Amino acid sequence: MSQQKDAIVSVEDLRVHFEVRQGFFSAFSKKEPPVVRAVDGVTFSVGRGEILSLVGESGSGKTTVGKAILQLVSPTSGTVSFDGAPVPQDRQGLHAFRQRAQMIFQDPYQSLNPRHYISDIVAEPLDVAGTDLSADVRDARVREALEQAGLTPADDYLYRYPYELSGGQRQRVVIAGALILKPKFIVADEPVSMLDASIRTGILKLMLRLRDEQDIAYLFITHDLSLAWLISDRIAIMYLGKIMEIGAAEEIIKRGLHPYTQALMAVMPVPGQVRESGRTVLEGETPNAAIRIEGCKFSGRCPRAFDRCRKEEPELVEVGPGHSVACFLV
Amino acid sequence: MNLLEVRNLKTYFSTTKGMLKAVDDVSFHLESGQALGLVGESGCGKTTSALSIARLLPKEGRIVGGEIFLDGHDVLLDSENELRKRRWRDVSIIFQGAMNALNPVLTVGEQIAEAIVLHERLSKEEALKKSQELLDLVEIPKERYKRYPHEFSGGMKQRAMIAMALACDPKLIIGDEPTTALDVMIQAQILNLLERLRRERSMGMILITHDLSILGETCDHIAVMYAGKIVETGTVTDIFEHARHPYTDRLIRCFPNIHGKKAIPEGIEGYPPNLLDPPAGCRFHPRCEYAFDRCRVEEPLTRHVGGEHTVACHLVEETR
Repeated sequence: MSQQKDAIVSVEDLRVHFEVRQGFFSAFSKKEPPVVRAVDGVTFSVGRGEILSLVGESGSGKTTVGKAILQLVSPTSGTVSFDGAPVPQDRQGLHAFRQRAQMIFQDPYQSLNPRHYISDIVAEPLDVAGTDLSADVRDARVREALEQAGLTPADDYLYRYPYELSGGQRQRVVIAGALILKPKFIVADEPVSMLDASIRTGILKLMLRLRDEQDIAYLFITHDLSLAWLISDRIAIMYLGKIMEIGAAEEIIKRGLHPYTQALMAVMPVPGQVRESGRTVLEGETPNAAIRIEGCKFSGRCPRAFDRCRKEEPELVEVGPGHSVACFLV
Repeated sequence: MNLLEVRNLKTYFSTTKGMLKAVDDVSFHLESGQALGLVGESGCGKTTSALSIARLLPKEGRIVGGEIFLDGHDVLLDSENELRKRRWRDVSIIFQGAMNALNPVLTVGEQIAEAIVLHERLSKEEALKKSQELLDLVEIPKERYKRYPHEFSGGMKQRAMIAMALACDPKLIIGDEPTTALDVMIQAQILNLLERLRRERSMGMILITHDLSILGETCDHIAVMYAGKIVETGTVTDIFEHARHPYTDRLIRCFPNIHGKKAIPEGIEGYPPNLLDPPAGCRFHPRCEYAFDRCRVEEPLTRHVGGEHTVACHLVEETR
């Protein structure tokens, strides 16, 4: 697959396998220890200021991809490049890299230290980065980050504790913490799924505004196709550690070709729609990633699978400009 | 006759900071075999309403006013003993976190059997047998009744919870965010399952959720709650196509519609009020774009606006 020229992040054939911890006696067994193939050969890139959504169900490996890019879990194989060069592996290089790539976690109720002031939480990345700043400059940076995250005036929030804030405000604090080092790339892992619908849109608008003003690129991880469509330029659909389909957001939603994409579309609830007939719902659940699947990973649940799907694994094939699908049917 | 009749229910919590009016003068009803969706943002009193109906409130919570009739029986007059007999037979609740609601040291079959033995004259063996039938009903292979909860996936645990809720053939089943923590595909499976069971057994169902978008497919009626009050009720079509309350209208518009224009929804400015000290007049007025003087002082009454559609908003009256 061709890599974009002006990519901020590109990932080549990324694999993350976890060995399952075994009991003492299995050390004597000749069987190979089971391996969970959380991410099993994923290639994509994110352009500068671009928003790419990674959509999939639990266990599809989408969060692991995000963590592997930020080197929070170490890839088993494959390369991750940032700004044209492979992500450095030495201590110093990683330190510098992490100032430019940040992560926003899902649960703003658990990702903030309850005993720290908001100002300390937001300043923490700055302190960890070890930039020698005077108290005045540090204070100014915190205020700037809070205001960019929509917590204005910053004075109202500096010396408050997380419990005093609502879920939406907390998520803004998390975003302020991610912004303070002025990153160029943010992995946003389900940033709004814990929030009420009425609060969600504010966070999404904030993310879009930051993209426009500061040219920040996002890897937006979500299980909600409609959110992905709303916010992103491109969408990649993941299933069991593989990308099944990738393309422009509009293209995937309106003309998704992979049977899994179509199945996800079929079950997506649409507000206001009163559906009379029973809808087509895939049976069963995403299989355990520790079990090796021959052929296409989706073949076991695919309503249109045929013999070849169970023997051979389809590659991602370009079917239109920027639109690739991994399925023998297309 | 209505299966469930809730009239002017008031449930307050005593906290160190004062009386929290979680549910404040709420009325709704449900015919048997019908499904009602109770929708609203976090903290609007949806779950408290459900717990009041099942009389399962924590000790800080008290029903200070109103009436609840379930199948003609006054629920609020029951003693704790009578309640124990009636729960599971009259009403059962499927809670949100199925993962945390199951006992990790008992097999799934034993847990379902526990509820049966308490309510029906069956031996443990017979109850275990019935638990297998119930698992079959929720599309889990019978043999798995001997398994422990950690051997089940999230979706299967939620199915097991549904099987348990059905153990004593309740007349009313309440699902409190039954699919919120689940994947879309599993959510669709569970909603289809609930729908099928409700039709087959002609149970009444209340589906509590913050996700308006799933109600169109599963419910007959919708009640929209805001800050401890019901602001609008009606059939699914009334609510989705002819919403009259500004809150309902804004809430519907918060959900992206992939068949519509690609634009970030407007959301609703501000946050829901603190129920220790709710605003005077209409509780939505601080966030309402149409609010006028009257909204700030006088609480709107619930009015019928045709059919079963009711709205509590001064605007409805003004524009008549």
